[in-house]
Amino acid sequence: MDFRDSPEEAAFRTRLQDWLAENAKKFPTSGDEYWAKAAQWHQALYEGGFFGTSWPKAYGGQELPPVYDVIVDEELARAGAPARPSLGYLVIGLGRHGSEELRQRFLPGMINGTERWCQGFSEPGAGSDLASLTTTATLEGDHYVLNGHKIWTSYSDDADWCLVLARTDPDAPRHKGISGFIVNMHQPGIEQRPLPMISGVTKEFGQVLFDGATVPADQMVGAPGEGWKLAMTVVSHEREPSTLGFTARYGKTVRNLAARLDGEPSESLRWAAVQTEMLRLHVRRRLSEQLDGLSHGPDGSLDKLLMTWVEQSVGHASLDAGGTRDAELLGTYLYSRSQSVMGGTSQIQKNIIATRIIGLEA
Amino acid sequence: MDVRLTTEQRELREAAARLADDLGPGSVIDLDDADRVARLEKAVAATGWRSLRSDGASGVEVALVVEEFARGLVDVPFLGPVLADDLQARSGTAAESVALAVGGEAVDARGLRAALRLVDNRIETTGVGEPVFGIDLTRTNAAVADPVTPVGELAADAAQRWQALALVVTTADILGAARGAHALACDYAKVRSQYGKTIGSFQAVAHLLAESLALIEGSVSILRYAAWAVDELDPAEALRAGRFAKVYTERAARTICETSIQVHGGIGNTWECLAHVFLRRALTSGALFPVSLEEIDLGLS
Ligand SMILES: Cc1cc2nc3c(=O)[nH]c(=O)nc-3n(C[C@H](O)[C@H](O)[C@H](O)COP(=O)(O)OP(=O)(O)OC[C@H]3O[C@@H](n4cnc5c(N)ncnc54)[C@H](O)[C@@H]3O)c2cc1C
Repeated sequence: MDFRDSPEEAAFRTRLQDWLAENAKKFPTSGDEYWAKAAQWHQALYEGGFFGTSWPKAYGGQELPPVYDVIVDEELARAGAPARPSLGYLVIGLGRHGSEELRQRFLPGMINGTERWCQGFSEPGAGSDLASLTTTATLEGDHYVLNGHKIWTSYSDDADWCLVLARTDPDAPRHKGISGFIVNMHQPGIEQRPLPMISGVTKEFGQVLFDGATVPADQMVGAPGEGWKLAMTVVSHEREPSTLGFTARYGKTVRNLAARLDGEPSESLRWAAVQTEMLRLHVRRRLSEQLDGLSHGPDGSLDKLLMTWVEQSVGHASLDAGGTRDAELLGTYLYSRSQSVMGGTSQIQKNIIATRIIGLEA
Repeated sequence: MDVRLTTEQRELREAAARLADDLGPGSVIDLDDADRVARLEKAVAATGWRSLRSDGASGVEVALVVEEFARGLVDVPFLGPVLADDLQARSGTAAESVALAVGGEAVDARGLRAALRLVDNRIETTGVGEPVFGIDLTRTNAAVADPVTPVGELAADAAQRWQALALVVTTADILGAARGAHALACDYAKVRSQYGKTIGSFQAVAHLLAESLALIEGSVSILRYAAWAVDELDPAEALRAGRFAKVYTERAARTICETSIQVHGGIGNTWECLAHVFLRRALTSGALFPVSLEEIDLGLS
């Protein structure tokens, strides 16, 4: 057991620090300026050798151990740089379920940031109960025609491609009639509508309406009716620590809060500090354990729950520090509310932990 | 950076778990079974684990054994002797199993006649007197008695390292007790039926148990680092890591143990249910070398 950097890790960290000293300031971390440069940030990180470190070389990765993500997250936070793009779950979903042709075609652009992606799973009537989705994909010759309505689609207005779940067989049992598709966002029949968040952020997610949009049949991920397996791979990896990523920013927020206080730190701030430290170490443990080939299926729900608690305790500390007068701190607090909803609500995580880890009856 | 347990560490943990499962009290009545306690004492003595530190074991290894012993409610002295052993190793005093004294009390001192204590940087041996009142049903404290003899002095660094180990050991004990309480509640939720279903099938119950498990995982992560830090970081940093681990785990354990009582319903509020035995043990280890949130400094690493 060693919490220190190995010589290789230390060299990587130093290289990253030097690179960030040069580049971090060019990329804003929030607001419209951030979104205007988000794609460039992704590409710059990749070109620097600091993104996709753990993914297969065949698709543009470096096949380094998963803990390199920890180093990247820590140094980005330290440098005040934007977060690492969060799409590991899409890479893993496509990598595990897509054909070799699809992997060759799409993984490199996904990893190097030249093609931007979003995840079209949720619908107005199908969030937690994802299998009740009603968007349809109907085969017409060599392509499918899509009709339906997706919502809360993160980064939808920035995306070139969307991984869409749609019903291909309305007569099959509900989990069996769903298929996954790689859909081009730049085509007629797709409308993207922004959906402002409670914090006022307008670019985070949107609604996507499909009205006769098309997708070539060979851009189906996996076999017809196997979309549910793809969905489960994606959502379980969406919850694991390397994807949750950039947890170091919580520590940074805590330090910033402490620095702007006049008097003694509040109890909520100290508690947020303790939890932040827990998460920092928890991510190290989990990513180390991935070397054992642990799948992190249901375990990701534990990680997600811990991360949610930390983000929300930092949010509470922000609210305590800024009250209702500080728009930025209020924004931090309001944004933290989404953490217990996105990627499956905390209640859904607890259902998974209870039934699949503890073994309680459903 | 690879923070997995080594194979040897996993094996040590499994051996400690087996011993605790075989000979620890399986019920409240078992606490009074003198034969069992004698067999447990013999088995623990035979392992030599009370002198883990003087045998060169790391803080991580000590913490693993402490945690498993608390999970299994091992009710012969361990936490005290293992900390006293570290003091002995640091001061070069005779290696006989003794209790640890903190202030005027020899803690975890059942059956032991002598104790060691650290006063500022000075090490003293003391006698062990009459048992004193305590809420822990698995460990007893006793009053410190004469003779009190100074036997050595620790450098400031060494004293701090020992304090860090003390935080780690008490935290591991709290974590183990919490894990035991959680396992007890999960087992119960799988067999107790109401409304024609097991209570674990009700989300109101299942979600509490799921939350507890997440708190346990968080505690494991923060404790592992503190345990590693005892031997690997500057003493001041190790102490700091120990404080963070203890504050987090203590809060978590209180929730976990209270949840266990709640999940047991009426039974959980009876003396016969082990849930309170775990809670008492966690509270006792929390109060030993206490850390408060006010001591948490915010210059995070
Ligand atoms: C910031 C953000 C980003 C998102 N990004 C994406 C994205 O990129 N792509 C995408 O597809 N989706 C995305 N989502 C959608 C997200 O996955 C859903 O909002 C989430 O799964 C919850 O579904 P819902 O909103 O329909 O709530 P509902 O399912 O209607 O839930 C409402 C309430 O009921 C509770 N509930 C529901 N079912 C159960 C149950 N079985 N047991 C106990 N309680 C239950 C929930 O916990 C919740 O409290 C995002 C959401 C947010 C907030």
